Order: sequence, then structure tokens, then C-alpha cells
Amino acid sequence: MPGVKQLAGREEMMAPGHRACAGCLPMTAIRQILLTAGKDTVCGCATGCVEVVTSIYPYTAWRTPFIHNAFENSAATISGAEAAYQSLRRQGKVDKDIKFIAFGGDGGTYDIGLQSLSGAMERGHNMLYVCYDNEAYMNTGIQRSGGTPKGTATSTTPVGKVRPGKQEYAKALTDIMIAHNIPYVGQATAGYPKDLSDKVEKALTIEGPAFMNVLAPCTRGWRYPMEESMEIARLAVDTCFWPLYEVENGVFRVTRKPKEKKPVAEWLKKQGRFRHLFKEENKHIIDDIQSQVDENWDWLLKREEMTRSEAS
Amino acid sequence: MRQIDPDVVAAFPITPQTELMHKFAEHVADGDVKSEFVLVESEHSAMSASVGAAAAGARAMTATSANGLALMWEIVYIAASCRLPIVMPVINRALSGPINIHCDHSDTMGCRDSGWIQLYSESAQEVYDNILQAIRIAEHPDVLLPAMVTFDGFIISHTAEVLDALEDGEAREWVGTWTPNYSLLNTDDPVTYGPLDLQDYYFEHKRQQIEGMNHAPRVIKEIGEAYGKLSGRSYGLIEAYRTDDAERIIVALGSTCGTSKVVVDELRDEGEAVGLLKIRAFRPFDEEAVAAALSGAKAVGILDRSVSFGAPGGPVHKEVKSALYGGGKTPPVVDFIYGLGGRDINREHIRGVFEELKPVADAGRTPDQNIRYVGLRG
Repeated sequence: MPGVKQLAGREEMMAPGHRACAGCLPMTAIRQILLTAGKDTVCGCATGCVEVVTSIYPYTAWRTPFIHNAFENSAATISGAEAAYQSLRRQGKVDKDIKFIAFGGDGGTYDIGLQSLSGAMERGHNMLYVCYDNEAYMNTGIQRSGGTPKGTATSTTPVGKVRPGKQEYAKALTDIMIAHNIPYVGQATAGYPKDLSDKVEKALTIEGPAFMNVLAPCTRGWRYPMEESMEIARLAVDTCFWPLYEVENGVFRVTRKPKEKKPVAEWLKKQGRFRHLFKEENKHIIDDIQSQVDENWDWLLKREEMTRSEAS
Repeated sequence: MRQIDPDVVAAFPITPQTELMHKFAEHVADGDVKSEFVLVESEHSAMSASVGAAAAGARAMTATSANGLALMWEIVYIAASCRLPIVMPVINRALSGPINIHCDHSDTMGCRDSGWIQLYSESAQEVYDNILQAIRIAEHPDVLLPAMVTFDGFIISHTAEVLDALEDGEAREWVGTWTPNYSLLNTDDPVTYGPLDLQDYYFEHKRQQIEGMNHAPRVIKEIGEAYGKLSGRSYGLIEAYRTDDAERIIVALGSTCGTSKVVVDELRDEGEAVGLLKIRAFRPFDEEAVAAALSGAKAVGILDRSVSFGAPGGPVHKEVKSALYGGGKTPPVVDFIYGLGGRDINREHIRGVFEELKPVADAGRTPDQNIRYVGLRG
């Protein structure tokens, strides 16, 4: 696994001058992922922030081959490119090792693109799908997605007189992908770059389909000062709201266990989108979120223990 | 498709397209083709994967029908705007609702403005011939647009016909190899496909795409002639069947043209001056040739196997009428909507159409009731 120093010495595959907001962690994540993947990588991206800020014609920030098709079909598009590679390689028309990565935001992955993702994983293409999860449809104006946490204020789940933000918990996408029984599933964040890079390296080395869910805070949508992106991403991990773990052929491994598990309120209070939760009448929502975080974390540790002992 | 041996074929089952993919799957299973066969979870993904494969430099094919085509619709446009020469047989079927599995042209007419070339086929022979030609047309450097070869669901897709096929070697040589200018797999010279294209460039890119389509009539003719030299069966954009001295002419697409030719022959034997104009290429539409073939007629009947709700007639009717406008002599035109949802059209029906055109020809003007229905009860 390459170290951070090694990665820093590699050729940047994401050109500077793209139009992402300052403090955009999705772009930081993609930069880190491409440093790990290297130039012989075909990338695809669903319609969304990343596609919009990196590919405004006649400019492109992609130094790897890149394709954007539509909102819901990043996985299907890259599975077609990968199929072409398999075919042309078999015919001796291509002789180099090429990797395939499909990107999608949480809207393009949890929601409209879930079918295409599920199909591509089930078919066993040798590709990595990365969901850059900024927990809402940021590109279209911060609307709730299936990945938006309970209690969040978004433009379609605003805080009103009778509804204090989003009513539902986020969909357990990583678990859904684990249930596909693919060789590799990882959960990471741009806030812990070494962990992210190690997982990408593994996902691209393992033969077959791999999925990674990467928490990527959005300064605009989450309502925090842009210089706090990394800190907020790390706090999501340290509160166990976003555990870092991987599942390799069914065996769970938690890659970061916080020495001191911080209360989730510490993560929530840093973000304007949760401000209303700290009013007296909404505090029970924070308790709900905390109890779900605790439950998920305990279940994760249990699964790690169970699958590891089975595997050994 | 076995003879073409595409690099990638993506497929999702939908009636009446299923037979085609079953046969192709057998060829894959027997190792007759080298194709990567991607069994996708929807038509949307079939077209998406075809776009990914074609952008990666592969010769990519898929097939669909009806609602499957409707589900692909968004990506059908994207394939054309990326200038990817994907070839797709579409087995024509009525669009829901209500659901109906039989033939009409509502599915392909629904994407007539998508930037795809559309070749309609009269018989199984033409399906075969058209697919082999479509590969060359789509990949032609002056065109670079995807092409759909349509044929009537069940009428052609599920019936047995004698077929003249090229030898495998001949067919392979005819389609040749495909080397695109840009490929995602060329990591030394990376390209970006499908960028965000705003108001400062989008219009120019559409104009370039129009230019590709503008070249298509010439290319379709050239390839149709070259194919004729190879197979003995030449093709143009339209086929004028006994129209030269015809007073009444009907215009049709697809399998109905076969039935119509029989009726034209019968009526000719009976001394009536009738003819058929078959539209093979609906996109691009050869306005000039259509006007030239029809301008001498005293009455024209259009056979439309789909509806354009709220419009003055079906899609074929509108195109033909617009082709005739401004061409000097404009014969009266009557639209005949027929065959929706697989309703049978037989020789008697077509005779009836010619019969209904008689008083129109005599009157010399388009009648008040110029949209009529064939084979409709009540």
C-alpha cells in the first residue's frame, strides 16, 4: 500500500482549475482516489457536482479517460467500457492493464442509479464503484436524497412548523452492497486519506466488482466554514456516525476504532443543517440519531468478530 | 449478428425482441462469436452499456422493442450526441398503454428526432441486408451516428422466411474492422466523453450532428449500391414500386409494403394505374425523392401505423405532406391509420385504400375527411 509521501510524489490525475467550491471534499476524495489508481484508469461519473465542476466544455479536469453519460447509469456505462476492454483484450487489440472506476453522488447511487449499480455488481464486472456521499442532491440545490440523515434540513425537507427536517433515516447503502456478496466493499472518507487510499488500492487489486461508500462533506449543503471540511469528515468517524471498515469476501474489518467514541451531537452541532435539532423540542431527534449510531456500531463490531472467527 | 461478431452485445429480454437474443445467446454459448455478451438488468442499462462500450472503441450492438425502447429513450439521444455508431435492431411493437405485445410503429416513431438513422425493413431478407448495411452507414466517417434497423414484431420477427445470406467470409469482409478516432482505452491520450456543454457550445455541437445526418442520404445510397454489387440486392432511401405512371399511390413502411406490392400487381393486372412508395429510410427522410415519386399522382394514400395525438395525421403523413409542399404539383393526400396494436392488415384492406382514393383522384383535391382508419370496428 502506498504511503502518503509516495502518493504526494505521484502525477496528479485531477487537474487544478476545476470549478468545485473551496473546501469540496468530494473533489478531494476523487483526487486521492486517482492518485492511488494512476493513469491507466478509465473513469465514469454520474451527472452531479463532480461531473459538472470537472467537465465544462471545452475544458476537462480529467487526465484519465473519462465518460459522463447520464444521472442513473454511471455503473452501467463503465460496465460497458469494461466489457469492451475484456473483448478487445481477448482479441489482442489492447494489451495494457486498465482499471475501471465509476463515480456517483449519493443521489445517483442511493436513489436513481441503484438499479444500474446493483446490475453491474451482480454481473461481476472488474470495476470499482465509488459513491461520493455528501448526503443530499447538492448540485441541484441541496434536496434530500436516500442518503440524507434523519433530522437534516434540506431544501425539500425544510424545517417548518410541523416538520423539523428529514423524517427518515438514511438508507443503509453499504449494507445493501454487502448483501450483493461482491469480493470487496469498503466504507471510507476523504477525511482519512491513508485509509481511503489503502481501500482503493485493495478494491482495484481484487478481481471482480468492488464498491466503496466515501463520506464527502459539502461545505455549502452542510452549512459549515469551508476550512472545516477535513475536521468534520473525521468527526463523523470519531463519533462512529460513519465507521471506517471493509468487507473482503465476507470478512468484516473495522479499519479505525476511535479511542474515545465521541457523542454524535459533537458532529451535528458543527453543521448548520442540524442547527434546529438543538432546540429543546427537537432534542429527542438527537437521542434517536445517537441510539441508531450506537446500535449500528455495536452490530458492526459484532459482525467483525463473527466473520473473523469464522474465517480463521 | 453472428456474422458481424460485434465486440460487445448488451441485452435485456423483451417480447418480441427475445427470439433474436435467444439465437445470439446460442452463438455465444457455442463460441461462434467473440462478443462480450452483457446481460443487463434493463434496457436503460443496455443502451448505457452500449454507450460505454462504443466510447471504449468497441463495435457495440443491442436490440429492443416498444417499452424497452421507451426506457432507453434518454440514452438513445446521448448515444447520438456522442456520435457513437451503435447499431440496434428494433422489433416494432405498440407502446403501452394499454399493454399490447404486437406490432405497430409507435415505439420507433417516438424517437424519430433522436439523431438515429432509421431503416425500416419489409421482410426478413431486408432485416438481414439492412443490419449489414447499417454497420457501414453508422461507422462512415462522414456520418458517425447510431442506426436502428426496424422490423415488424411477430410479422417478421416470429415467422419463417427463406433468406439469402452472404458467406461468412464475405459478410466479415463487408463489415470490416472498426477503429474509432477516440477510445476510452487509450490512456496515453485521454479523452473526455459527455462533458457539460452549456449555451456557449451546445448549439454548435448540435449543428455538427445535423451535418452528420445531412451526409447520411448520400452514404446510404453509396452503401446500398455497393451492397447490391456484393449481394445482388441494391437499396436506396425509398423504393418506388410501379409508380412511374401511377395515378393512385400509397406510401408505407415495413412489412405492409410486401402485402401492398401484391395488391399493386393484382390491380395492375386489372388495368388500374396504381403504385407503392416504400419508405426505407425514415431518418434521414429523402424529401426530394419522395416528392418526385408522388408529384405525378392524382391521389396519395399514406399508411400510418402509429398516431401523433393532436397532430394533423400520423408521422408518415406529416412528413410526406411536408415533402410535397412547394414542389409545384401537390396531389391530394389522405392518411390511413391502420394496424395499431397488431391489428391485421390484409390484401382486402389495401384494395379498400386504393378504392377510397378513387373519388379523391377524381375530385382532384384533399377531401374534408382526410384522416381515415383501416380495419377499425364500429
